[in-house]
Amino acid sequence: MSSHADSHGHGGALPEYPEKATLEGRNKLLGFWFFLGGESVLFGSLFATFIALRGQVLDGPSPHELFNLATVALATFILLTSSLTSVFAVQGLHRHNVKTIQMWLAVTVVLGLAFLGLEIYEFNEYVREGHKFTTSAFSSSFYTLVGFHGGHVLFGVLWIGLLMAQLVKKGLTVVTAPKIYVAALYWHFVDLVWVFIFTVVYLMGKVG
Amino acid sequence: MSHSHSVKRYHGLMDWLTTVDHKKIAILYLVAGGFFLAVGGFEAMLIRLQLMFPENTFVAAHTFNELITMHGTTMIFLAGMPLLFALMNAVVPLQIGARDVAFPFVNALGFWLFFFGGVLMNISWFIGTVPDAGWTSYPPLASNTYSGMGVNYYVVGLQIAGLGSLIGGINFLVTIVNMRAPGMSFMRMPLFTWTIFIASAIILFAFPAITVGLVLLLFDRLFGANFFEVANGGNPVLWQHIFWIFGHPEVYILILPAFGVISEVVSTFSSKRLFGYSSMVFATVLIGFLSFMVWAHHMFSVGLGPVANALFSVATMLIAVPTGIKIFNWLFTYWGGHIRFTTANLFASSFIPTFVIGGVTGVMLSVAPADYQFHDTYFVVAHFHYTIVGGLVFGIFAGLFYWWPKMFGRMLDERLGKVTFWFFFIGFHLTFLVQHFLGLQGMPRRVFTYLKGQGWDTENMISTVGALMMGIASIVLLINVLITSLKPRNADADPWDGRTLEWAIPSPPPEYNFAQTPLVRGLDALWVEKEAGNKTITPAEPLGPIHMPSPSILPFVMSVGFFIAGFGFMYAKHEFANGIASFLFGNYIVAVAGLVIVLVSMFLRSVFDDHGFHIEPEELQEKGVKA
Ligand code: HEM
Ligand SMILES: [Cu+2]
Repeated sequence: MSSHADSHGHGGALPEYPEKATLEGRNKLLGFWFFLGGESVLFGSLFATFIALRGQVLDGPSPHELFNLATVALATFILLTSSLTSVFAVQGLHRHNVKTIQMWLAVTVVLGLAFLGLEIYEFNEYVREGHKFTTSAFSSSFYTLVGFHGGHVLFGVLWIGLLMAQLVKKGLTVVTAPKIYVAALYWHFVDLVWVFIFTVVYLMGKVG
Repeated sequence: MSHSHSVKRYHGLMDWLTTVDHKKIAILYLVAGGFFLAVGGFEAMLIRLQLMFPENTFVAAHTFNELITMHGTTMIFLAGMPLLFALMNAVVPLQIGARDVAFPFVNALGFWLFFFGGVLMNISWFIGTVPDAGWTSYPPLASNTYSGMGVNYYVVGLQIAGLGSLIGGINFLVTIVNMRAPGMSFMRMPLFTWTIFIASAIILFAFPAITVGLVLLLFDRLFGANFFEVANGGNPVLWQHIFWIFGHPEVYILILPAFGVISEVVSTFSSKRLFGYSSMVFATVLIGFLSFMVWAHHMFSVGLGPVANALFSVATMLIAVPTGIKIFNWLFTYWGGHIRFTTANLFASSFIPTFVIGGVTGVMLSVAPADYQFHDTYFVVAHFHYTIVGGLVFGIFAGLFYWWPKMFGRMLDERLGKVTFWFFFIGFHLTFLVQHFLGLQGMPRRVFTYLKGQGWDTENMISTVGALMMGIASIVLLINVLITSLKPRNADADPWDGRTLEWAIPSPPPEYNFAQTPLVRGLDALWVEKEAGNKTITPAEPLGPIHMPSPSILPFVMSVGFFIAGFGFMYAKHEFANGIASFLFGNYIVAVAGLVIVLVSMFLRSVFDDHGFHIEPEELQEKGVKA
């Protein structure tokens, strides 16, 4: 049902909400919300696994001995800030300002990379303290949960990077706009999951 | 208007490898699902031949384990689900008056992922290490300690196929929400579409759980993780929870679409509108919800404790309520209807009592103390075959006979169809009715043989004879399909005097489905028009150029990438006897190569926009008439 100009996205002024101007764009947004529903179950299952097994530390270090809250708090601060900067990018999208979008996406990517760097550093430290993937049921479930999240951050960084390149090449159109919007949604989701990890894994590990 | 984007159109094999047309993808699902149905059926025959006599030595004990594992896994994931995906692809967009699904590319990707996952799993037969820990793959049986390489094929194959199901589910959710023709409110949606909608929602929330379960099992098996290793603090019951949080909803992913088929067939062949439409919708939604609440009824004997067992008992029994609503509505639809007993309707009407038996034994099993007796006996085998074969397979057969003319433009032979029906119906009840008694007499499931003089001989013999009859039925169906496909196209647009939109367009439909998007003016949209004295549906828009997505080889390539990566991971740490083999495969190069193929395909997909192509009004006319 989409008219000709609709589905191509070249020529003419951009509509106010370019991400949902076409049926394709609306489909993409809705499909992505559903996808995030599935992702919630995925992380929910990983959390359940972690909670079931977190007491099984065997001879390895316990969460209390292991975690260094200062590093984790810094990582949390960085990641939450990156959610905010991705909101700025979407605001740029609604103002049709490619420069703003590019700048804030760039900041988001840099913050994501910083987060990843901290995580790699942290994992390295833990391994040195005898907390290997194979040490105990706790360690396996820890690395799997936190690692899955890290993998999501990495994917997000690559994805947003690719979108920035596309934006250079194609500009802001009704084809690129939904992609950027959806990537921002993904990024919020990944940050939200981290809030739960921070609480359930780190705070409860330190305190509970 | 200038439509400058020219799109390469493929022919022959390349057409099938690159197609993004939901009607062709339906046929791909049908062929592949039918093939795996034959494989799973062959495995079943071998199982029944082994159990035909006491102390039989037809197959070895270990082979028997492989057969039951692959039979169950194949039937559920590689036959049942794909055949349903075939029907939903063929029918749902037409029923809602859409030109396409929301994501044609993703649709193709879903098919190819399922296909390569299934191929990967079955390659194990040729490698000689077949999954052998049961379709539920419980650790510790499925751990490295007790199982060989075969379980890796199960884990990786299911993972890839499961990804395909997940994206297929998302696609149909969006399609049904966003792509309905003007006027088709939710409460005007045909019931088959409703059941696909709810089944897709269940897929969305159930499959990620098994994804995680398979990842954990894979990490245990390949990377020395300890999720299920008791000695290192792991917990095997965790697997059971994760598996059944997925596994129980999965059985409703299978049965709800079958309910949908039955609803369509019963109402069409009674020439009546479905009785209690809104209560049917309500029951469907309720079943979808309840299906997530009852997983622990598979774990009564694990030792969850009396409180948990009681709660899950009651929750399970609740499912009988919406199911009962459905049964009565079908009966009331028949009531006073002008009934035609076509093959499709024979399958549908015999579905009803058959499924009731499966439901009744289900409620018996849901009584936790009784389940301590029934659990892991042939009673359970009888229960789930009554629901899955008597329900799902009867539903699929009904749907195939009903929609075959729409899919292929040819009518299946009704006389052969009735032969198929009677052989299948009688064979089915012979096979599985006696298994209830075998179970009550204490015959455990999953044993490869039994002793003489335990009183199980006659029933097992009857059961095997029944299975052979179902085999004959399937061969007759195959002959029917062959004969039909050799004949010229003979199907009208509306051979059954149908009620829903798919019967308003030619058989088979042109690639754009509806030349003009229809305007929907009530439930049973086509019937409403027929009642109003109209020959066909009222259009909602003027005739104009139709935008179509272009074909693409990327879904195929991407799935090959996953396939290669799966193999790479499975064998990366394997000890090969042969030096060259270990040089080539005994590392992560293969896995990385596979993943690179996947990522490059994703990159290409993202960077090159699909502009598609247009079919002009002048072309429309001729195609619409000819097809
Ligand atoms: C009224 C509805 C139903 C009830 C109350 C019910 C109840 C149960 C219970 C309690 C069990 C566990 C038995 C045991 O292992 O001890 C079971 C097993 C099973 N049910 Fe049902 N069920 C119902 C419908 C269905 C449907 C519709 C299907 C499939 C389409 C199905 C498929 C299965 C399968 C496959 C198993 C065995 C799993 C295994 O251990 O391999 N059931 N059912
Ligand atoms: Cu169940």
